[in-house]
Amino acid sequence: MSVESLIPSICVLALAEGSSMSASALMSSLYVFALAAFLGYQVISRVPPLLHTPLMSATNAISAISVVGSILTAGGKYSDVSRVLGFIAVISAMINVVGGFMITDRMLKMFKDKIGGGSGGKEEQR
Amino acid sequence: MSGNYLIEFSYLLASILFIFGLKGLSHPKTARRGMNMAALGMLVAIVGTLLHHDIISYKWIIIGMIIGSAIGAAMSIWMPMTAMPQRTALSHAFGALAASLVGISEYYQHVVAEHGTVSAFKMTALGFEVLFGSLTVTGSLLAFVKLQELMRGTPVTYKGQNIINVSLFIIAAAIFIYLIYDPTQSTLFYAMVVLSFLFGILLVLPIGSADMPVVMSLMNSYAGLASAATGFAIGNNVLIIAGTLDGFSGFILSILMCKAMNRSVTNVLFGAFGSVSTDTGPGVEGVMREVGADDVAVQLAYARQVVFVPGYGMATAQAQHAVRELAEVLEHKGVNVKYAIHPVAGRMPGHMNVLLAEANVPYSALYELEQINPEMQATDVAVVIGANDVVNPDARDNPKSPIAGMPIIEVDRAHNVVVLKRGKGKGFSGLENPLFFKSNTGMLYGDAKSSLTKLAQAVQQA
Repeated sequence: MSVESLIPSICVLALAEGSSMSASALMSSLYVFALAAFLGYQVISRVPPLLHTPLMSATNAISAISVVGSILTAGGKYSDVSRVLGFIAVISAMINVVGGFMITDRMLKMFKDKIGGGSGGKEEQR
Repeated sequence: MSGNYLIEFSYLLASILFIFGLKGLSHPKTARRGMNMAALGMLVAIVGTLLHHDIISYKWIIIGMIIGSAIGAAMSIWMPMTAMPQRTALSHAFGALAASLVGISEYYQHVVAEHGTVSAFKMTALGFEVLFGSLTVTGSLLAFVKLQELMRGTPVTYKGQNIINVSLFIIAAAIFIYLIYDPTQSTLFYAMVVLSFLFGILLVLPIGSADMPVVMSLMNSYAGLASAATGFAIGNNVLIIAGTLDGFSGFILSILMCKAMNRSVTNVLFGAFGSVSTDTGPGVEGVMREVGADDVAVQLAYARQVVFVPGYGMATAQAQHAVRELAEVLEHKGVNVKYAIHPVAGRMPGHMNVLLAEANVPYSALYELEQINPEMQATDVAVVIGANDVVNPDARDNPKSPIAGMPIIEVDRAHNVVVLKRGKGKGFSGLENPLFFKSNTGMLYGDAKSSLTKLAQAVQQA
């Protein structure tokens, strides 16, 4: 892993630490967004076309981190309407968390360098 | 916001693990390990969130998590690989629904239930969240319906379509801007939600099946941006980071897909490709030469190099295993077998790679467009399996063609071409393909799977 590719991640993570709902929160959120976008570009443009389908399901699973927001809405000091919406949101987000990571792994398990090679290959044959 | 450092630290850890996870995807060898790290990150973030002291009741959280996990696990275990585009479209809808509902719920809580208001900043974030989220929900669901072939994959167009779509979007945007100044107008907020649901449908309606890879990538991007907006709205950085990574990943994929078709994103969204019959220059003349499996088998058996070019037809016929079996027989006879994968072959980015991987084809035998084209002249037989536009020489030779300039796999430069096709009809785009009329092209009609099985048997006897 090259050094310059780590710089934005360090910046993103350093900024991610301070999060209070003050006026500076907007700026720090924007910083996090901008640096994450830059970092995302760097990391994702290196993914080969071979793995584009797993990439799509992987990023989809990762962005299901919105389950965090859903959990706080479903279980927080909210009105009933908000909590029902939060409950449905928890269900849909969890479908992507569990389903997304499982199916990505199922796909990645199938990619093999050489045939035979002694390892695996049986489990996905039907 | 609490000063609960443990939770903040779990989010920080999750962000690091997500980034390492995506970094692992740069090579098939490191991909699984990377995704395990990302999954661990997700677990850490969820456990951390469950410790949050704002939570007063766990009942619905736990029930929701169990239901969601069960559905998600069931879908990932029993969904066949050929249905991957449909599953991905559904998962975009679920992800966007979650983001959208959290946004609506936040708004309802602060403005309607508490008769309060929200800051302009928070309203902006909520607006983006709900706009992107809602249009992705309906757009992805419609994409799912088209991919599942519950409705025809051809574009649905009507007069004034673009004007209606654009004005709908402008109205939604105007409401959004007004809401930033006065967030208390809840009726307008709901109107905006309805409009974006509607806009999602209208946006995907005119897009044909062949353009699905672009739509899938765009929806991927929007779902991610909706999650990122959720992060802005509730002041949560891990949501911003994960959502942005997803948003940019989808964005990059959309651009790659468009490049592979030599079109712009606007053209895909508003061009209604394949619905309009344009002047395509002089028509193709000549006859298609039909060939039998036995003749093709002889050609294949005595070839030095054979290149398979799969398309969506391979997926619909579930023929990936049959391709692999034929390739195995050929390799046994000393034939050099390669696979040429066009970026937009199939219905989503990387669709063909996954199917061939499922059939145990090693990825070292899969070649990208730029790698395989120089080898075409040295190829004895190119076998096109249910692909059409991606091998249409008109894209290269006929500047009047609607697909002019689209990079193609130049199978017509091979010594012989065999096209496996279901019937004599035109492809999804409705374009005539001059490749089929060339003298060195043989057409092998019938179901791709049974044709390939027949070929494998015949080659063995040859």
